[in-house]
Amino acid sequence: MTEAGTFQTPSRSPFAGLMSGTAGPVIVVVAAIIAIWYLAAVLLNTPFQRDIYQRGGIENPPLAQLVADTLSQPRPVLPAPHQVAEEIWKTTAEKSITSKRSLVYHSGVTLSSTLLGFIIGTGLGIALAIGVVHSRVLDKSLMPWIISSQTIPILAIAPMIIVVLNAIGITGLLPKAMISTYLSFFPVTVGMVKGLRAPEAIQLDLMKTYSSSTAQTLWKLRLPSAMPYLFASMKVGVAASLVGAIVGELPTGAVAGLGARLLAGSYYGQTVQIWSALIVAAVLAAGLVSLIGLTERVVLQRMGMAR
Amino acid sequence: MQPQPADNAARSVIDIAKLSLTFETGDGPVHALSDIDLNIGAGEFVSFIGPSGCGKTTLLRVIADLEAPTGGTISVNGMSPHEARLARAYGYVFQAAALYPWRTIAENIALPLEIMGHSREEQAERVRRNMELVDLDGFERKYPWQLSGGMQQRASIARALSFDPDLLLMDEPFGALDEIVRDHLNEQLLKLWAKTDKTVVFVTHSIPEAVFLSTRIVVLCPRPGRIYDIIDNPLPRDRGLDIRETAEFLKVAHRVREGLRAGHSYDD
Repeated sequence: MTEAGTFQTPSRSPFAGLMSGTAGPVIVVVAAIIAIWYLAAVLLNTPFQRDIYQRGGIENPPLAQLVADTLSQPRPVLPAPHQVAEEIWKTTAEKSITSKRSLVYHSGVTLSSTLLGFIIGTGLGIALAIGVVHSRVLDKSLMPWIISSQTIPILAIAPMIIVVLNAIGITGLLPKAMISTYLSFFPVTVGMVKGLRAPEAIQLDLMKTYSSSTAQTLWKLRLPSAMPYLFASMKVGVAASLVGAIVGELPTGAVAGLGARLLAGSYYGQTVQIWSALIVAAVLAAGLVSLIGLTERVVLQRMGMAR
Repeated sequence: MQPQPADNAARSVIDIAKLSLTFETGDGPVHALSDIDLNIGAGEFVSFIGPSGCGKTTLLRVIADLEAPTGGTISVNGMSPHEARLARAYGYVFQAAALYPWRTIAENIALPLEIMGHSREEQAERVRRNMELVDLDGFERKYPWQLSGGMQQRASIARALSFDPDLLLMDEPFGALDEIVRDHLNEQLLKLWAKTDKTVVFVTHSIPEAVFLSTRIVVLCPRPGRIYDIIDNPLPRDRGLDIRETAEFLKVAHRVREGLRAGHSYDD
Protein backbone atom coordinates (compact mmCIF):
# COMPACT_ATOMS: atom_id res chain seq x y z
CA MET A 1 0.00 0.00 0.00
CA THR A 2 2.94 2.31 0.59
CA GLU A 3 3.91 1.89 -3.02
CA ALA A 4 0.47 3.03 -4.11
CA GLY A 5 0.99 6.10 -1.95
CA THR A 6 4.16 7.07 -3.76
CA PHE A 7 2.37 6.85 -7.11
CA GLN A 8 -0.16 9.39 -5.96
CA THR A 9 2.32 12.08 -4.95
CA PRO A 10 2.37 14.79 -7.59
CA SER A 11 5.30 14.70 -9.96
CA ARG A 12 8.04 17.23 -9.33
CA SER A 13 8.55 17.84 -13.03
CA PRO A 14 8.19 21.55 -13.84
CA PHE A 15 6.12 20.66 -16.91
CA ALA A 16 3.59 18.54 -14.99
CA GLY A 17 1.49 21.51 -13.93
CA LEU A 18 1.83 23.23 -17.29
CA MET A 19 0.61 20.26 -19.32
CA SER A 20 -2.35 19.34 -17.08
CA GLY A 21 -4.74 22.14 -18.07
CA THR A 22 -6.04 23.17 -21.50
CA ALA A 23 -4.03 26.38 -21.70
CA GLY A 24 -0.65 24.72 -21.10
CA PRO A 25 -0.55 22.43 -24.15
CA VAL A 26 -1.95 25.17 -26.39
CA ILE A 27 0.76 27.62 -25.29
CA VAL A 28 3.47 25.01 -25.86
CA VAL A 29 2.20 24.27 -29.38
CA VAL A 30 1.89 27.96 -30.28
CA ALA A 31 5.42 28.64 -28.96
CA ALA A 32 6.77 25.77 -31.08
CA ILE A 33 4.99 27.05 -34.19
CA ILE A 34 6.37 30.58 -33.66
CA ALA A 35 9.90 29.25 -33.14
CA ILE A 36 9.72 27.17 -36.34
CA TRP A 37 8.22 30.15 -38.16
CA TYR A 38 11.12 32.44 -37.15
CA LEU A 39 13.65 29.82 -38.20
CA ALA A 40 11.95 29.36 -41.56
CA ALA A 41 11.73 33.15 -42.07
CA VAL A 42 15.47 33.53 -41.51
CA LEU A 43 16.33 30.64 -43.85
CA LEU A 44 13.91 31.65 -46.63
CA ASN A 45 14.80 35.33 -46.59
CA THR A 46 18.59 34.83 -46.44
CA PRO A 47 19.24 34.43 -50.23
CA PHE A 48 17.58 37.77 -51.03
CA GLN A 49 19.39 39.44 -48.12
CA ARG A 50 22.73 38.12 -49.41
CA ASP A 51 21.90 39.69 -52.81
CA ILE A 52 21.35 43.02 -51.11
CA TYR A 53 24.65 42.73 -49.22
CA GLN A 54 26.46 41.85 -52.45
CA ARG A 55 25.03 44.86 -54.25
CA GLY A 56 25.88 47.11 -51.30
CA GLY A 57 29.41 45.72 -51.20
CA ILE A 58 29.05 44.43 -47.66
CA GLU A 59 31.06 41.26 -47.18
CA ASN A 60 30.46 38.68 -44.49
CA PRO A 61 28.07 40.63 -42.27
CA PRO A 62 27.90 39.34 -38.68
CA LEU A 63 25.24 36.65 -38.11
CA ALA A 64 23.24 38.84 -35.71
CA GLN A 65 22.91 41.52 -38.40
CA LEU A 66 21.92 38.95 -41.03
CA VAL A 67 19.18 37.57 -38.78
CA ALA A 68 17.91 41.05 -37.86
CA ASP A 69 17.86 42.09 -41.52
CA THR A 70 16.07 38.96 -42.75
CA LEU A 71 13.33 39.58 -40.20
CA SER A 72 12.70 43.18 -41.24
CA GLN A 73 12.51 43.09 -45.05
CA PRO A 74 9.60 45.11 -46.51
CA ARG A 75 8.60 42.31 -48.91
CA PRO A 76 10.03 39.10 -47.48
CA VAL A 77 9.46 35.65 -48.93
CA LEU A 78 8.14 34.68 -45.52
CA PRO A 79 7.35 37.55 -43.16
CA ALA A 80 8.31 37.14 -39.51
CA PRO A 81 5.49 36.70 -36.99
CA HIS A 82 6.08 40.10 -35.42
CA GLN A 83 5.82 41.78 -38.87
CA VAL A 84 2.44 40.11 -39.44
CA ALA A 85 1.30 41.01 -35.91
CA GLU A 86 2.34 44.64 -36.46
CA GLU A 87 0.47 44.76 -39.80
CA ILE A 88 -2.65 43.24 -38.23
CA TRP A 89 -2.49 45.75 -35.38
CA LYS A 90 -2.09 48.66 -37.80
CA THR A 91 -4.95 47.54 -40.03
CA THR A 92 -7.39 46.70 -37.26
CA ALA A 93 -6.93 48.72 -34.09
CA GLU A 94 -5.37 51.78 -35.69
CA LYS A 95 -7.77 52.11 -38.63
CA SER A 96 -11.38 53.20 -38.52
CA ILE A 97 -13.73 50.32 -39.33
CA THR A 98 -15.13 52.07 -42.40
CA SER A 99 -11.66 52.53 -43.94
CA LYS A 100 -10.93 50.49 -47.07
CA ARG A 101 -7.60 49.58 -45.48
CA SER A 102 -9.16 48.19 -42.32
CA LEU A 103 -9.02 44.40 -41.98
CA VAL A 104 -12.08 44.60 -39.75
CA TYR A 105 -14.02 46.09 -42.66
CA HIS A 106 -12.78 43.41 -45.05
CA SER A 107 -13.48 40.66 -42.52
CA GLY A 108 -17.00 42.02 -42.13
CA VAL A 109 -17.60 41.82 -45.89
CA THR A 110 -16.34 38.21 -46.03
CA LEU A 111 -18.17 37.27 -42.84
CA SER A 112 -21.54 38.48 -44.11
CA SER A 113 -21.37 36.35 -47.27
CA THR A 114 -19.95 33.44 -45.23
CA LEU A 115 -22.90 33.55 -42.85
CA LEU A 116 -25.53 34.01 -45.55
CA GLY A 117 -24.06 31.11 -47.53
CA PHE A 118 -23.76 28.97 -44.41
CA ILE A 119 -27.37 29.54 -43.39
CA ILE A 120 -28.64 28.69 -46.88
CA GLY A 121 -26.25 25.71 -47.05
CA THR A 122 -27.32 24.33 -43.68
CA GLY A 123 -31.00 24.71 -44.60
CA LEU A 124 -30.41 23.05 -47.96
CA GLY A 125 -28.35 20.28 -46.33
CA ILE A 126 -31.06 19.49 -43.78
CA ALA A 127 -33.78 19.54 -46.45
CA LEU A 128 -31.81 17.23 -48.74
CA ALA A 129 -31.06 14.85 -45.86
CA ILE A 130 -34.75 14.67 -44.91
CA GLY A 131 -35.59 13.87 -48.53
CA VAL A 132 -32.87 11.24 -48.84
CA VAL A 133 -33.83 9.51 -45.58
CA HIS A 134 -37.53 9.35 -46.42
CA SER A 135 -37.44 8.44 -50.09
CA ARG A 136 -35.58 5.52 -51.59
CA VAL A 137 -35.84 7.19 -54.98
CA LEU A 138 -34.14 10.34 -53.71
CA ASP A 139 -31.56 8.24 -51.86
CA LYS A 140 -30.63 6.40 -55.05
CA SER A 141 -30.89 9.35 -57.44
CA LEU A 142 -29.67 12.30 -55.40
CA MET A 143 -26.84 10.92 -53.27
CA PRO A 144 -24.40 10.23 -56.17
CA TRP A 145 -24.90 13.79 -57.45
CA ILE A 146 -24.40 15.27 -54.01
CA ILE A 147 -21.13 13.40 -53.65
CA SER A 148 -19.88 14.12 -57.17
CA SER A 149 -20.69 17.82 -56.72
CA GLN A 150 -17.82 17.97 -54.25
CA THR A 151 -15.29 16.45 -56.63
CA ILE A 152 -15.43 19.53 -58.87
CA PRO A 153 -12.64 21.93 -57.83
CA ILE A 154 -14.28 24.97 -56.32
CA LEU A 155 -11.75 27.27 -58.03
CA ALA A 156 -13.00 26.01 -61.40
CA ILE A 157 -16.68 26.44 -60.72
CA ALA A 158 -16.62 29.64 -58.63
CA PRO A 159 -16.05 32.08 -61.53
CA MET A 160 -18.82 30.42 -63.53
CA ILE A 161 -21.32 30.68 -60.70
CA ILE A 162 -20.49 34.38 -60.35
CA VAL A 163 -20.65 35.03 -64.11
CA VAL A 164 -23.92 33.11 -64.59
CA LEU A 165 -25.60 34.78 -61.62
CA ASN A 166 -24.40 38.19 -62.79
CA ALA A 167 -25.84 37.49 -66.24
CA ILE A 168 -29.30 36.93 -64.79
CA GLY A 169 -29.03 40.08 -62.73
CA ILE A 170 -28.06 38.64 -59.33
CA THR A 171 -25.15 40.65 -57.98
CA GLY A 172 -23.71 41.68 -54.66
CA LEU A 173 -23.65 39.36 -51.66
CA LEU A 174 -25.65 36.46 -53.06
CA PRO A 175 -23.28 35.09 -55.76
CA LYS A 176 -20.44 34.89 -53.23
CA ALA A 177 -22.77 33.35 -50.68
CA MET A 178 -23.76 30.73 -53.28
CA ILE A 179 -20.19 29.46 -53.34
CA SER A 180 -20.24 29.20 -49.55
CA THR A 181 -23.52 27.34 -49.85
CA TYR A 182 -22.01 25.00 -52.44
CA LEU A 183 -19.25 24.04 -50.03
CA SER A 184 -21.24 23.94 -46.78
CA PHE A 185 -24.37 22.02 -47.76
CA PHE A 186 -22.35 18.86 -48.34
CA PRO A 187 -21.06 18.11 -44.82
CA VAL A 188 -24.48 19.03 -43.42
CA THR A 189 -26.28 16.68 -45.85
CA VAL A 190 -23.95 13.77 -45.15
CA GLY A 191 -23.99 14.36 -41.38
CA MET A 192 -27.77 14.75 -41.22
CA VAL A 193 -28.43 11.64 -43.34
CA LYS A 194 -26.39 9.71 -40.78
CA GLY A 195 -28.06 11.56 -37.90
CA LEU A 196 -31.62 11.04 -39.12
CA ARG A 197 -30.83 7.33 -39.49
CA ALA A 198 -29.28 7.21 -36.01
CA PRO A 199 -32.42 6.04 -34.09
CA GLU A 200 -32.25 2.36 -33.18
CA ALA A 201 -34.74 -0.11 -34.67
CA ILE A 202 -36.42 -0.43 -31.28
CA GLN A 203 -37.05 3.35 -31.09
CA LEU A 204 -38.55 3.34 -34.60
CA ASP A 205 -40.67 0.28 -33.76
CA LEU A 206 -41.93 2.14 -30.70
CA MET A 207 -43.18 5.00 -32.88
CA LYS A 208 -44.79 2.44 -35.17
CA THR A 209 -46.74 0.89 -32.28
CA TYR A 210 -48.22 4.36 -31.64
CA SER A 211 -49.06 4.46 -35.38
CA SER A 212 -47.24 7.77 -35.45
CA SER A 213 -47.15 9.68 -38.74
CA THR A 214 -43.91 10.13 -40.70
CA ALA A 215 -43.86 13.80 -39.74
CA GLN A 216 -44.31 12.97 -36.04
CA THR A 217 -41.51 10.40 -36.18
CA LEU A 218 -39.28 12.96 -37.90
CA TRP A 219 -40.07 15.69 -35.41
CA LYS A 220 -40.12 13.69 -32.18
CA LEU A 221 -37.47 11.06 -32.88
CA ARG A 222 -35.28 11.56 -35.95
CA LEU A 223 -34.47 15.26 -35.56
CA PRO A 224 -33.64 15.12 -31.84
CA SER A 225 -31.43 12.05 -32.45
CA ALA A 226 -29.66 13.92 -35.24
CA MET A 227 -28.72 16.98 -33.17
CA PRO A 228 -25.17 15.87 -32.22
CA TYR A 229 -24.54 15.00 -35.90
CA LEU A 230 -25.93 18.35 -37.03
CA PHE A 231 -23.55 20.32 -34.84
CA ALA A 232 -20.54 18.25 -35.84
CA SER A 233 -21.27 18.79 -39.53
CA MET A 234 -22.09 22.47 -39.00
CA LYS A 235 -18.57 22.96 -37.61
CA VAL A 236 -17.11 21.55 -40.83
CA GLY A 237 -19.66 23.48 -42.89
CA VAL A 238 -18.95 26.90 -41.42
CA ALA A 239 -15.21 26.56 -42.00
CA ALA A 240 -15.91 25.48 -45.59
CA SER A 241 -18.26 28.46 -45.96
CA LEU A 242 -15.48 30.86 -45.06
CA VAL A 243 -13.16 29.23 -47.61
CA GLY A 244 -15.98 29.51 -50.16
CA ALA A 245 -16.50 33.22 -49.48
CA ILE A 246 -12.78 33.96 -49.82
CA VAL A 247 -12.52 31.89 -53.00
CA GLY A 248 -15.60 33.67 -54.33
CA GLU A 249 -13.85 37.01 -53.91
CA LEU A 250 -10.79 35.96 -55.92
CA PRO A 251 -12.09 35.60 -59.51
CA THR A 252 -14.45 38.56 -59.41
CA GLY A 253 -11.82 41.16 -58.81
CA ALA A 254 -13.76 42.04 -55.72
CA VAL A 255 -12.70 45.28 -54.10
CA ALA A 256 -13.63 44.29 -50.57
CA GLY A 257 -13.23 41.19 -48.44
CA LEU A 258 -10.35 39.07 -47.20
CA GLY A 259 -10.10 37.42 -50.65
CA ALA A 260 -9.70 40.86 -52.24
CA ARG A 261 -6.92 41.64 -49.74
CA LEU A 262 -5.16 38.38 -50.65
CA LEU A 263 -5.48 39.20 -54.35
CA ALA A 264 -4.26 42.81 -53.96
CA GLY A 265 -1.39 41.59 -51.80
CA SER A 266 -0.25 39.13 -54.43
CA TYR A 267 -0.52 41.74 -57.22
CA TYR A 268 1.87 44.06 -55.42
CA GLY A 269 4.06 41.45 -53.75
CA GLN A 270 2.81 42.57 -50.34
CA THR A 271 3.53 39.32 -48.54
CA VAL A 272 2.98 40.86 -45.12
CA GLN A 273 -0.51 41.91 -46.21
CA ILE A 274 -1.25 38.40 -47.56
CA TRP A 275 -0.16 36.73 -44.35
CA SER A 276 -2.15 39.18 -42.21
CA ALA A 277 -5.28 38.41 -44.22
CA LEU A 278 -4.58 34.68 -43.91
CA ILE A 279 -4.12 34.89 -40.15
CA VAL A 280 -7.27 36.96 -39.74
CA ALA A 281 -9.19 34.43 -41.87
CA ALA A 282 -7.89 31.61 -39.66
CA VAL A 283 -8.88 33.46 -36.49
CA LEU A 284 -12.31 34.15 -37.99
CA ALA A 285 -12.78 30.45 -38.83
CA ALA A 286 -11.68 29.42 -35.34
CA GLY A 287 -14.13 31.93 -33.87
CA LEU A 288 -17.04 30.65 -35.99
CA VAL A 289 -16.28 27.01 -35.16
CA SER A 290 -16.06 27.69 -31.43
CA LEU A 291 -19.29 29.71 -31.58
CA ILE A 292 -21.03 26.62 -32.99
CA GLY A 293 -19.31 24.49 -30.36
CA LEU A 294 -20.72 26.78 -27.67
CA THR A 295 -24.22 26.63 -29.17
CA GLU A 296 -23.90 22.84 -29.29
CA ARG A 297 -23.06 22.71 -25.58
CA VAL A 298 -25.99 24.93 -24.62
CA VAL A 299 -28.51 23.14 -26.86
CA LEU A 300 -27.48 19.60 -25.85
CA GLN A 301 -27.45 20.68 -22.20
CA ARG A 302 -30.98 22.00 -22.48
CA MET A 303 -32.06 18.83 -24.28
CA GLY A 304 -30.64 16.81 -21.40
CA MET A 305 -28.28 14.97 -23.75
CA ALA A 306 -25.08 16.33 -22.23
CA ARG A 307 -24.14 14.78 -18.90
CA MET B 1 -66.24 -5.75 -15.70
CA GLN B 2 -64.30 -8.59 -14.16
CA PRO B 3 -63.77 -11.37 -16.69
CA GLN B 4 -64.46 -14.77 -15.23
CA PRO B 5 -61.85 -17.39 -15.98
CA ALA B 6 -64.56 -20.03 -16.28
CA ASP B 7 -66.73 -17.90 -18.53
CA ASN B 8 -66.64 -19.51 -21.96
CA ALA B 9 -68.22 -16.44 -23.48
CA ALA B 10 -65.24 -14.31 -22.45
CA ARG B 11 -64.53 -11.97 -25.36
CA SER B 12 -61.72 -13.24 -27.53
CA VAL B 13 -59.01 -10.61 -28.03
CA ILE B 14 -56.55 -12.48 -30.21
CA ASP B 15 -57.51 -15.21 -32.69
CA ILE B 16 -54.74 -16.98 -34.53
CA ALA B 17 -55.38 -19.86 -36.95
CA LYS B 18 -52.90 -21.81 -39.10
CA LEU B 19 -50.51 -18.87 -38.90
CA SER B 20 -47.09 -19.19 -40.47
CA LEU B 21 -44.21 -16.84 -41.20
CA THR B 22 -41.29 -17.68 -43.46
CA PHE B 23 -38.31 -15.36 -43.86
CA GLU B 24 -36.59 -15.59 -47.22
CA THR B 25 -32.85 -15.43 -46.64
CA GLY B 26 -29.79 -15.98 -48.77
CA ASP B 27 -29.44 -19.48 -47.31
CA GLY B 28 -33.01 -20.40 -48.24
CA PRO B 29 -36.28 -19.97 -46.37
CA VAL B 30 -36.34 -19.84 -42.55
CA HIS B 31 -39.60 -21.07 -41.02
CA ALA B 32 -39.88 -18.71 -38.06
CA LEU B 33 -43.48 -19.69 -37.30
CA SER B 34 -45.44 -22.64 -38.54
CA ASP B 35 -49.04 -23.73 -38.05
CA ILE B 36 -49.80 -21.61 -34.98
CA ASP B 37 -53.33 -21.92 -33.52
CA LEU B 38 -54.08 -19.80 -30.47
CA ASN B 39 -56.95 -17.87 -28.91
CA ILE B 40 -56.41 -15.36 -26.14
CA GLY B 41 -59.44 -14.10 -24.21
CA ALA B 42 -59.98 -10.75 -22.54
CA GLY B 43 -58.31 -10.42 -19.14
CA GLU B 44 -55.94 -13.34 -19.64
CA PHE B 45 -52.24 -13.25 -18.84
CA VAL B 46 -50.57 -15.46 -21.43
CA SER B 47 -46.84 -16.18 -21.53
CA PHE B 48 -44.88 -17.39 -24.54
CA ILE B 49 -41.89 -19.43 -23.43
CA GLY B 50 -39.27 -21.25 -25.42
CA PRO B 51 -35.60 -21.38 -26.31
CA SER B 52 -34.12 -18.69 -28.53
CA GLY B 53 -35.09 -19.12 -32.15
CA CYS B 54 -38.50 -20.62 -31.32
CA GLY B 55 -40.33 -17.58 -32.70
CA LYS B 56 -41.86 -16.29 -29.46
CA THR B 57 -40.79 -12.70 -30.09
CA THR B 58 -41.73 -13.02 -33.77
CA LEU B 59 -45.23 -14.19 -32.80
CA LEU B 60 -45.60 -11.16 -30.51
CA ARG B 61 -44.39 -8.89 -33.29
CA VAL B 62 -46.95 -10.41 -35.66
CA ILE B 63 -49.71 -9.60 -33.16
CA ALA B 64 -48.32 -6.05 -33.00
CA ASP B 65 -48.16 -5.72 -36.83
CA LEU B 66 -44.40 -5.18 -36.64
CA GLU B 67 -44.00 -8.36 -38.71
CA ALA B 68 -46.34 -9.65 -41.45
CA PRO B 69 -47.33 -13.34 -41.50
CA THR B 70 -46.93 -15.28 -44.75
CA GLY B 71 -49.86 -17.63 -44.15
CA GLY B 72 -52.92 -18.26 -41.99
CA THR B 73 -55.18 -15.76 -40.29
CA ILE B 74 -54.88 -13.54 -37.26
CA SER B 75 -57.26 -11.03 -35.75
CA VAL B 76 -56.71 -8.61 -32.88
CA ASN B 77 -59.90 -7.18 -31.31
CA GLY B 78 -61.75 -8.59 -34.33
CA MET B 79 -59.60 -6.55 -36.74
CA SER B 80 -56.48 -7.26 -38.72
CA PRO B 81 -53.29 -6.50 -36.74
CA HIS B 82 -52.69 -3.55 -39.06
CA GLU B 83 -56.09 -2.02 -38.31
CA ALA B 84 -55.57 -2.76 -34.63
CA ARG B 85 -52.24 -0.95 -34.68
CA LEU B 86 -53.78 2.06 -36.42
CA ALA B 87 -56.56 1.98 -33.80
CA ARG B 88 -53.85 1.98 -31.11
CA ALA B 89 -55.23 -1.21 -29.62
CA TYR B 90 -52.14 -2.25 -27.71
CA GLY B 91 -49.22 -1.00 -25.67
CA TYR B 92 -45.87 -2.63 -26.41
CA VAL B 93 -43.01 -3.01 -23.94
CA PHE B 94 -39.67 -3.85 -25.54
CA GLN B 95 -36.68 -5.78 -24.20
CA ALA B 96 -34.92 -2.46 -23.61
CA ALA B 97 -36.70 0.53 -22.11
CA ALA B 98 -36.00 2.59 -25.27
CA LEU B 99 -36.64 5.86 -23.44
CA TYR B 100 -35.63 8.92 -25.44
CA PRO B 101 -32.56 10.42 -23.76
CA TRP B 102 -33.58 14.01 -24.57
CA ARG B 103 -36.88 13.66 -22.75
CA THR B 104 -37.44 13.62 -19.00
CA ILE B 105 -39.27 10.62 -17.56
CA ALA B 106 -42.58 12.51 -17.53
CA GLU B 107 -42.03 13.66 -21.13
CA ASN B 108 -41.18 10.10 -22.16
CA ILE B 109 -44.43 8.82 -20.68
CA ALA B 110 -46.29 11.64 -22.40
CA LEU B 111 -44.81 10.72 -25.81
CA PRO B 112 -47.66 8.45 -27.00
CA LEU B 113 -50.18 10.94 -25.62
CA GLU B 114 -48.60 13.77 -27.64
CA ILE B 115 -48.66 11.62 -30.76
CA MET B 116 -52.29 10.66 -30.17
CA GLY B 117 -53.25 14.28 -29.67
CA HIS B 118 -54.40 14.38 -26.05
CA SER B 119 -54.80 17.82 -24.49
CA ARG B 120 -52.09 19.19 -22.19
CA GLU B 121 -54.22 18.75 -19.06
CA GLU B 122 -55.15 15.22 -20.06
CA GLN B 123 -51.46 14.42 -20.66
CA ALA B 124 -50.41 15.78 -17.27
CA GLU B 125 -53.18 13.86 -15.51
CA ARG B 126 -52.40 10.55 -17.24
CA VAL B 127 -48.65 10.91 -16.70
CA ARG B 128 -49.24 11.53 -12.99
CA ARG B 129 -51.59 8.57 -12.68
CA ASN B 130 -49.32 6.12 -14.50
CA MET B 131 -46.14 7.22 -12.76
CA GLU B 132 -47.93 6.53 -9.50
CA LEU B 133 -49.05 3.13 -10.83
CA VAL B 134 -45.46 2.02 -11.42
CA ASP B 135 -44.19 3.69 -8.25
CA LEU B 136 -42.12 6.34 -9.97
CA ASP B 137 -43.73 9.48 -8.55
CA GLY B 138 -41.07 12.04 -7.73
CA PHE B 139 -38.92 11.17 -10.76
CA GLU B 140 -40.90 13.24 -13.29
CA ARG B 141 -38.09 15.66 -14.10
CA LYS B 142 -35.22 13.17 -14.11
CA TYR B 143 -33.59 12.10 -17.36
CA PRO B 144 -33.44 8.37 -18.25
CA TRP B 145 -29.71 8.04 -17.56
CA GLN B 146 -30.32 9.19 -14.00
CA LEU B 147 -32.49 6.10 -13.34
CA SER B 148 -31.52 2.46 -12.72
CA GLY B 149 -32.32 -0.19 -15.33
CA GLY B 150 -35.32 -1.44 -13.34
CA MET B 151 -36.74 2.07 -12.96
CA GLN B 152 -36.24 2.74 -16.68
CA GLN B 153 -38.17 -0.40 -17.53
CA ARG B 154 -40.95 0.66 -15.12
CA ALA B 155 -41.07 4.02 -16.89
CA SER B 156 -41.42 2.20 -20.21
CA ILE B 157 -44.34 0.19 -18.78
CA ALA B 158 -45.97 3.43 -17.61
CA ARG B 159 -45.47 4.78 -21.13
CA ALA B 160 -47.18 1.71 -22.65
CA LEU B 161 -50.07 2.08 -20.19
CA SER B 162 -50.40 5.86 -20.51
CA PHE B 163 -52.94 5.76 -23.35
CA ASP B 164 -54.87 3.01 -21.58
CA PRO B 165 -54.81 0.18 -24.16
CA ASP B 166 -56.77 -2.95 -23.26
CA LEU B 167 -53.98 -5.14 -24.53
CA LEU B 168 -50.41 -5.12 -23.26
CA LEU B 169 -47.70 -6.87 -25.31
CA MET B 170 -44.46 -7.42 -23.40
CA ASP B 171 -41.30 -8.76 -25.04
CA GLU B 172 -38.92 -10.07 -22.33
CA PRO B 173 -39.26 -6.76 -20.49
CA PHE B 174 -37.25 -7.91 -17.48
CA GLY B 175 -34.72 -10.06 -19.34
CA ALA B 176 -31.85 -7.63 -18.84
CA LEU B 177 -32.48 -7.07 -15.11
CA ASP B 178 -30.98 -8.91 -12.16
CA GLU B 179 -32.94 -11.58 -10.26
CA ILE B 180 -33.95 -9.41 -7.29
CA VAL B 181 -35.21 -6.49 -9.36
CA ARG B 182 -36.94 -8.97 -11.61
CA ASP B 183 -38.82 -10.62 -8.70
CA HIS B 184 -39.89 -7.23 -7.47
CA LEU B 185 -41.12 -6.11 -10.88
CA ASN B 186 -42.92 -9.44 -11.43
CA GLU B 187 -44.86 -8.88 -8.22
CA GLN B 188 -45.64 -5.29 -9.19
CA LEU B 189 -46.74 -6.37 -12.65
CA LEU B 190 -49.19 -8.89 -11.19
CA LYS B 191 -50.70 -6.21 -8.93
CA LEU B 192 -50.92 -3.86 -11.85
CA TRP B 193 -52.65 -6.50 -13.95
CA ALA B 194 -55.15 -7.17 -11.15
CA LYS B 195 -55.80 -3.43 -10.80
CA THR B 196 -56.21 -2.63 -14.49
CA ASP B 197 -57.87 -5.77 -15.88
CA LYS B 198 -55.84 -5.75 -19.04
CA THR B 199 -55.06 -8.63 -21.35
CA VAL B 200 -51.32 -9.31 -21.22
CA VAL B 201 -49.19 -11.28 -23.66
CA PHE B 202 -45.76 -11.81 -22.17
CA VAL B 203 -42.64 -13.25 -23.80
CA THR B 204 -40.02 -14.76 -21.52
CA HIS B 205 -37.40 -17.47 -21.36
CA SER B 206 -37.64 -17.84 -17.59
CA ILE B 207 -39.77 -20.73 -16.33
CA PRO B 208 -40.42 -19.30 -12.83
CA GLU B 209 -41.39 -15.96 -14.36
CA ALA B 210 -43.84 -17.58 -16.78
CA VAL B 211 -45.43 -19.78 -14.09
CA PHE B 212 -45.60 -16.99 -11.53
CA LEU B 213 -47.25 -14.47 -13.83
CA SER B 214 -49.49 -16.34 -16.23
CA THR B 215 -52.97 -17.76 -16.39
CA ARG B 216 -51.84 -19.75 -19.41
CA ILE B 217 -48.38 -20.72 -20.64
CA VAL B 218 -47.67 -21.37 -24.30
CA VAL B 219 -44.55 -23.49 -24.80
CA LEU B 220 -42.92 -23.00 -28.20
CA CYS B 221 -40.15 -24.99 -29.83
CA PRO B 222 -37.81 -24.15 -32.68
CA ARG B 223 -37.10 -25.25 -36.26
CA PRO B 224 -39.77 -24.61 -37.34
CA GLY B 225 -41.15 -22.31 -34.61
CA ARG B 226 -44.36 -23.97 -33.41
CA ILE B 227 -46.54 -24.44 -30.33
CA TYR B 228 -45.55 -27.56 -28.39
CA ASP B 229 -47.88 -27.29 -25.42
CA ILE B 230 -50.43 -24.92 -23.89
CA ILE B 231 -50.65 -25.20 -20.11
CA ASP B 232 -53.54 -23.82 -18.04
CA ASN B 233 -52.10 -22.49 -14.82
CA PRO B 234 -54.28 -23.57 -11.86
CA LEU B 235 -52.67 -21.15 -9.39
CA PRO B 236 -55.06 -18.55 -7.92
CA ARG B 237 -54.98 -15.12 -9.56
CA ASP B 238 -54.06 -13.51 -6.28
CA ARG B 239 -50.55 -14.82 -5.63
CA GLY B 240 -47.43 -13.67 -3.82
CA LEU B 241 -43.80 -14.58 -4.42
CA ASP B 242 -44.09 -17.31 -1.72
CA ILE B 243 -46.27 -19.35 -4.02
CA ARG B 244 -43.13 -20.34 -5.88
CA GLU B 245 -42.26 -22.69 -3.00
CA THR B 246 -45.59 -24.59 -3.22
CA ALA B 247 -45.97 -28.08 -4.72
CA GLU B 248 -48.57 -26.80 -7.16
CA PHE B 249 -46.23 -24.17 -8.55
CA LEU B 250 -43.42 -26.70 -8.92
CA LYS B 251 -45.78 -29.10 -10.69
CA VAL B 252 -46.64 -26.48 -13.34
CA ALA B 253 -42.98 -25.47 -13.63
CA HIS B 254 -42.06 -29.12 -14.11
CA ARG B 255 -44.55 -29.51 -16.94
CA VAL B 256 -43.18 -26.40 -18.64
CA ARG B 257 -39.65 -27.72 -18.28
CA GLU B 258 -40.65 -31.10 -19.69
CA GLY B 259 -42.26 -29.35 -22.63
CA LEU B 260 -39.18 -27.28 -23.29
CA ARG B 261 -36.94 -30.33 -23.07
CA ALA B 262 -39.11 -32.50 -25.35
CA GLY B 263 -39.65 -29.75 -27.90
CA HIS B 264 -36.00 -28.93 -28.07
CA SER B 265 -34.27 -31.55 -30.18
CA TYR B 266 -30.69 -31.46 -28.99
CA ASP B 267 -28.56 -33.14 -31.58
CA ASP B 268 -25.56 -33.39 -29.31
